[in-house]
Amino acid sequence: MTTNITKENPEAAAVPPPGAAPAKKQKVPTGHRRLLTRRDRLTLGLMATLPTILHIALVWVTALASIALAFTTWDGIGFDSIHWVGLQNFKELFEQNPQFWPAVQHNVIWFVVLIVIPTPLGLFLAVQLDKKIRFSRVYQTAFFLPVVLSMAVIGFVWQLVYNPDTGLINSIIGANEPGKYIDWIGDPDLNLWAILVAASWRHTGYMMILYLAGLKGVDPSLREASAIDGANEWQTFKNVVFPALRPTNTIVLVVTIIEALRAFDLVYVFNGGAEGTELLSILVTTNIIGESSRIGYGSAIAVVLLLISLVVIVPYLVSTFRKERRA
Amino acid sequence: MSTIAVKRRAPVRPGRVLLHVVLATMALAWLAPLLWAIYAALRPYAETSEKGYVSLPDTLNFDNFTNAFTQSDMTHYFVNTLVIAVPAVLLTLFLSSMVAFYVSRFDFRVNLALLLVFTAGNLLPQQVIITPLYRLYLLVDLPGITMSGKLYDSALGLVLIHVAFQSGFCAFVLANYMKMLPHELTEAALVDGASVWRLYWQITLPLCKPAMAALATLLSIWIYNDFFWALVLISTGENMPITSALNNLSGQYFTDPNLVAAGALLTAIPTLIVYFLLQRQFVSGLTLGANKG
Repeated sequence: MTTNITKENPEAAAVPPPGAAPAKKQKVPTGHRRLLTRRDRLTLGLMATLPTILHIALVWVTALASIALAFTTWDGIGFDSIHWVGLQNFKELFEQNPQFWPAVQHNVIWFVVLIVIPTPLGLFLAVQLDKKIRFSRVYQTAFFLPVVLSMAVIGFVWQLVYNPDTGLINSIIGANEPGKYIDWIGDPDLNLWAILVAASWRHTGYMMILYLAGLKGVDPSLREASAIDGANEWQTFKNVVFPALRPTNTIVLVVTIIEALRAFDLVYVFNGGAEGTELLSILVTTNIIGESSRIGYGSAIAVVLLLISLVVIVPYLVSTFRKERRA
Repeated sequence: MSTIAVKRRAPVRPGRVLLHVVLATMALAWLAPLLWAIYAALRPYAETSEKGYVSLPDTLNFDNFTNAFTQSDMTHYFVNTLVIAVPAVLLTLFLSSMVAFYVSRFDFRVNLALLLVFTAGNLLPQQVIITPLYRLYLLVDLPGITMSGKLYDSALGLVLIHVAFQSGFCAFVLANYMKMLPHELTEAALVDGASVWRLYWQITLPLCKPAMAALATLLSIWIYNDFFWALVLISTGENMPITSALNNLSGQYFTDPNLVAAGALLTAIPTLIVYFLLQRQFVSGLTLGANKG
């Protein structure tokens, strides 16, 4: 199913092959410009600014406000009560919050697990399903189904699997009787891994679809040449196909890191971020909707999350847009 | 070495059979959690508590589904979702296509900067902005416009944040799409004296239909599936869209696992319908903007 789509939509190539000649691109707008009436200019101005203002106000101003508030204490009642406290929030976070370092650790584990297990698995499935085999579409649908479901529903579904009393796993292995309970949801040594199974379940399908799209973009003549040279399937994949998937690999890496940082719904539904499953996103949120709303402190956690995200986002965007400029 | 190579290439069949066995087993394993939920939802609680969940069924019926649906007044929450998702999807597409039109047709100097701002904003984890956003929503007074009199706890507030957050991704995708359209089209129209608005609304947009359809499908599912924004920005349980309401409902009305299963599956049905009907659009949307987190 992806075959047609990627071919139909020119933009489907995430990193498009250099399209129109750059010289032409530069010339056209100036030509356009001369023909514009005053009203046209006004329309254009509104078209560009209205959406931008909304986006910047709600996303960027708030992100900057997070940074600013991280250095203050504020009870949220009136602007007079905002007090500058310097690095105190961070100090408290790093030194006194017993949940902070576990949360950082869990976010890292989340990423490592996603990149080590479901990502290669998704790639494997994509490579297999990319061969023109029968039922390819049926398989794709099965693997991709979890990606369509909301994380909340996924959390509920896996709760049913992991429930100590009534769940599938304990019922099958006979651990659902008093004395033999395995508490997949509550046990801090187990619950993170149990949730990661659910997260991987979803992530595999997502990666499969990204790689399927990437594989369609690999020049078939490369593979033919490799086959003519006598390379077997694995050699062709390792030496020819995988290197050609580089743009996809970059996207996969960025998507996986962002997913690991965003992980929230699944854990929140599964056990509310109980001991063993703390995440940075959960800490930020419980600080808002919990009983003691400490705005500065919550913002300090958000800033940590922001910094980690920017380490990923900035290099990625710089390289993407550099390519675009060249194109 | 050579024998292995020959073995691998000459008889294609056994390899293919093995591959199908592997894929079919995995596909079943992938469906297993969902099938398990469906199975639990179809059985009466009394029976499962007596015989255990791993047992052959005596009765299979849809009672849990109807009970979950009526007891929790699910229609109400589905309507809440509609009220949020429909305007949010339309507005996102409208605003982002305008930005895309502007940057791809008229101004290449701000093009990169603008797209950079939009795309980067879209990649941020929601939790980075939630604390100030929550405060902002509490501060904005809208007496008479929203039920709560504020942006907080209102459908309008959710629509706005969805639009602001998702328009980055859509603008990026649509700008790339519009750059591929022939420039002669708009140029000729401009020379003929068409206004910029006509250029956008009557000439460019109709050509973007495939991309818009893909994005609309994707956005609908994302916004329907949103859990986080509504969890934080809506305080009244009654005002929550269905996905976020699920968490409250499961404590209040879905008193046994069978009902929880039925309730969760019910909320998944609309996304599944959209997925099966518009699978092409969904997948192409996801891959054409593969830079989305």
